[in-house]
Amino acid sequence: METLALREQFDTADQQKDASTLGMWIFLLTEIMFFGGMFLLYTVYRHLYPTVFAVASSSLNAVLGAANTAVLLCSSFTMVLAVRAAQLGQRRAIIIFLILTLILGFAFLGVKAVEWNEKFVEHHVPGFTFHFEGLPADLQGPAQLFFSLYFAMTGLHALHMVIGVGLLTFLILQARKGKYSAEYMTPVDIAGLYWHFVDIIWIFLFPLLYLIDRHLPK
Amino acid sequence: MSEHIDSIKTYAAVWIALLVLTGVTTAVAYVDLGSFSVVVALVIAFCKTMLVALFFMHVRHSTRLTKLVVVGGLLWLAILLTFTMADIVTRGW
Repeated sequence: METLALREQFDTADQQKDASTLGMWIFLLTEIMFFGGMFLLYTVYRHLYPTVFAVASSSLNAVLGAANTAVLLCSSFTMVLAVRAAQLGQRRAIIIFLILTLILGFAFLGVKAVEWNEKFVEHHVPGFTFHFEGLPADLQGPAQLFFSLYFAMTGLHALHMVIGVGLLTFLILQARKGKYSAEYMTPVDIAGLYWHFVDIIWIFLFPLLYLIDRHLPK
Repeated sequence: MSEHIDSIKTYAAVWIALLVLTGVTTAVAYVDLGSFSVVVALVIAFCKTMLVALFFMHVRHSTRLTKLVVVGGLLWLAILLTFTMADIVTRGW
């Protein structure tokens, strides 16, 4: 099979595998810096407008946020089980765990869609119709800033989830053809790294956007 | 690198720890810890990240070069955040 072949630049299959892992991690580092810029922007504006950000942040639905965190952590668990099944060459188990991961991925995006819809209903989407109740006119701007960052960060994260769903679909189709075995499972492994990385981004987004100002008096 | 295959038990323990930490970070957010709220939230998030990276992303079984790249990435992120905030916080505006 073409995919099993050892490319000529590598001495051993292990070396080839290590090179793939390293390459994926270097890609993930560019992603860390990409998201890092957004986290930095959020930190800067939160520092400049602490009270408005606290009020706006506390208006988010923490229950849905926490539920989605749990969904994503479960999907990481099923993903790692898919990778483990691939390492052991259990072809049926690979497909089952990938499908479970895919379902949880869709569940996350579904909850996200419900949350975004709430924002449209409440006029919390930045734009001409934006209005945050209880804030004077001069603070509507900073409140829009919070929701701009909220949509940019959760939107970028959701885009990564959509790409992840695409990757999972591809892997499931390939796994059904019996492409992955204990000897060759690099794509499953690499996609696993990506999926867990997207999970880690949410692990930071959830407390920073939803939680850290909850303790303040309304 | 020879393949290390962790047991389902190990992964399940990590998964449950992650869910518990999510519960803790949500619950503690409603307790008034003053400015420590951010610190606690970030420490818990960092612990969860370590669990995901070390176990689910197999960093603990990775080559030294991969580990170096991971640590290097976090270092660059720290530089980005620290130096920019050092500027923002100390400005006279």
